[in-house]
Amino acid sequence: MRRALALLVVALVALGVPSWATAAQPRASFNDIEDEVMCDTCNVPLNIAESPRADQQRREIRALIARGLTKDEIKAELKARYGPAVLALPDDKGFSLAVYLVPIAVVAGLLLTVLLLLPRWRSRRRDAAPAVAGAAQLSAADSRRLEEDIARYDL
Amino acid sequence: MQRAGIPVVVGVLAAALVGLLIYGVVQRGDDTGLDTKVNQGERPAAPGRDVELPLLRGQGRRSLADFDGKVVVLNFWASWCAPCEAEAPALEAVQRHLRRSGGTVLGVTYKDFAADSRGFVRKFGLSYPSLRDDRLDLAPKYGTNKLPETFVLDGRGRIVAISRGQVSEGFLSDAVRRAEATA
Repeated sequence: MRRALALLVVALVALGVPSWATAAQPRASFNDIEDEVMCDTCNVPLNIAESPRADQQRREIRALIARGLTKDEIKAELKARYGPAVLALPDDKGFSLAVYLVPIAVVAGLLLTVLLLLPRWRSRRRDAAPAVAGAAQLSAADSRRLEEDIARYDL
Repeated sequence: MQRAGIPVVVGVLAAALVGLLIYGVVQRGDDTGLDTKVNQGERPAAPGRDVELPLLRGQGRRSLADFDGKVVVLNFWASWCAPCEAEAPALEAVQRHLRRSGGTVLGVTYKDFAADSRGFVRKFGLSYPSLRDDRLDLAPKYGTNKLPETFVLDGRGRIVAISRGQVSEGFLSDAVRRAEATA
């Protein structure tokens, strides 16, 4: 029993070690990188670009993957070579952070505006409601004529 | 007061958005200022004289200012550009002529993988120097966003002729002759 348990532990360790190793050093995937890099002469993401320069950039990325660089290292290398415009997604630090923060601020501003204006719209509608009800009130003569019309068409 | 304020704010935001769009379109448009001047017979000063770029082969950096007093045929190229291959022999022929008179062809690679650029130089046996403009520090100053493009500069650092597209031997010999006449 103890021996079987020891064998099981050894087997689990043997199976587990490679997965830990790969988890610590994830191998970059070409498809994962391709859509985060721009074709820098055609101004579209590399995964939909069709041009000689796009083909060259793909070869360049594959060469960097073959050298064992991680995804972040490859993106950093491309940025160092060709400037920040080569990345489809800007950095999330410094001035580039504005790209992420501005849309959030705009949406938050719109929500805040709606929240501020909604009570005012509601109260305006409430104020307007009695006037509508008043307008619907009929005179005695009109009411009588309406009753007669309804009776005439009553089946 | 508050009711009147909302349309004003919306109007300002809409105007800002339209302004931003116009700015974006203008920025992406081709810069033809140099072409206009050259076509009118002027010789505008070559922009970016002090922009230093790394040499494609060997160590160090060079700028156009390093070639003051010489006729320079400034050629933007890339290894992935087919017309650049077609014009390479004509540029090498001009380099052989300029070498005798003290001038040079100066290649500038545009968004090109350096190893591929060096392969291009070997393939066509180019003897003139090339600089790397991978981050586009120089090309936009010449309105260059398509390849190849060639600018012939006289000894005073002024642009004599511009060729946007594959350069011809006729254009090169005529432009270099005019540049040498004032050098």
